[in-house]
Amino acid sequence: MNPSDVPLAIFYTLVFPGLLFTGVVGLALTWIHRKITAIVQSRIGPPWFQPYADIGKLLGKKMVIPRDAPVIGFLGAPLLAITGATLTAVIVFRSLLQPSAGFVGDLIVLFYLSALPAIALMIGGAASRSPFGAIGASREMSMVLAYEAGFLLAVITVMIHTQSVRLADVHAFQAANGSIAGSPSGLLAMIVFVLCMQAKLGFIPFDISEADTELIGGPLAEYSGTGLALFKLARSMLFLVLPTLCVLLFLGPVRATALSVVGFLPKLLAVLAALILIKATHARLRLDQALRLFWGRIALAGLVAAGLALLGL
Amino acid sequence: MKALDWCFKKSIWVYHVNAGACNGCDIEILNALTPYYDVERFGIRLVHTPRHADALLVTGPVTRQVRDRLLRLYEATPQPKLVIGVGSCPTGGGIWHNTYATLGGLGKVLPVDLYIPGCPPRPEAILYGVAQALGLVPQQVAPQEYAEVT
Repeated sequence: MNPSDVPLAIFYTLVFPGLLFTGVVGLALTWIHRKITAIVQSRIGPPWFQPYADIGKLLGKKMVIPRDAPVIGFLGAPLLAITGATLTAVIVFRSLLQPSAGFVGDLIVLFYLSALPAIALMIGGAASRSPFGAIGASREMSMVLAYEAGFLLAVITVMIHTQSVRLADVHAFQAANGSIAGSPSGLLAMIVFVLCMQAKLGFIPFDISEADTELIGGPLAEYSGTGLALFKLARSMLFLVLPTLCVLLFLGPVRATALSVVGFLPKLLAVLAALILIKATHARLRLDQALRLFWGRIALAGLVAAGLALLGL
Repeated sequence: MKALDWCFKKSIWVYHVNAGACNGCDIEILNALTPYYDVERFGIRLVHTPRHADALLVTGPVTRQVRDRLLRLYEATPQPKLVIGVGSCPTGGGIWHNTYATLGGLGKVLPVDLYIPGCPPRPEAILYGVAQALGLVPQQVAPQEYAEVT
């Protein structure tokens, strides 16, 4: 990288398409999600500015650090979460806006970066010196091991289709051969991807590590003020970035033209609607049920998808 | 800060504390959270840990046993915070105003921002009270002091 690129890189990371843009749009999507949940439950739901007011209020509150808590771990965890979400956002949106940009292996890097918020949750929960945090962290760890397997298998299916680990080649492949979800293996992989995304976002039925009604927030139980705001913001950002990644990987070619934006938004909204409706109409699974689901049926479906892709279907 | 004040008023997360209540007020609080009244319209949410809370909704006359826990809960809640007494018991002790087992009212333990009297108060009254604490609606009743004839 040239030294002259540094200001541009900082702009990419902090303003557009990084922290600021993804944060603002992600919070707007959080409002849509809360509004749709409210409509499903025959309520009116919150006003449009509600997620912004929540974050603003949390930023204005005092942050309590529990007695004897390791300060670096406790304060570093929210920063790690927001860093992971921001970097994921930069790579995904750069690829969306400039389909030919990117570097070799960015799919693999994305896979690791998108796991950072979950790892931050574990660190924060373990560092909070609270039994709720410790139980939440251990549940999160079990869940991460389970759903990342399915997530990886879905991504591997895409890699087999495109014979590449670059997002740019995924675009090129889909521009030449139609969307990956059009093939049987691609469709199966996308279903696996959406279910794993549900778990990655910590949504019902897979919000087992936070479980408001039994673990009072799990890893987040001891967080207040800024720390809680950063975790919520990271969650909202992932709520924008992961569905975008899903559209990029499975739902057809994206070109950097005005027309493709029009084509892109309905696809994104369809993925979001699937996530929100699963969340609004299901109850929380127990940890053992969720682990059996992910290690059993979902991992199996992912393996079948990868196998079909190897056979060229 | 004006913007932060506005955010605080638009997003109140309440933590529900039972300080020896008979469960009547608790049921009315839960009623206020049902889809029929839908407090999420006003940004009010029930949270499950005092660390996330902006307001403590306290019911009950504060028994001697619960006093220390109540104080610890108050300290565990980050600033800025509101304390709201729901029902006749936190307001002045209710029918337990002079029994040996209770402290006779929330005001003797914590600095209270607002009382919502009633035995139990209706869900509408609870919503009105919280809205009043946020400065959205005017006050409807004034406090009156009565002395017991001995």
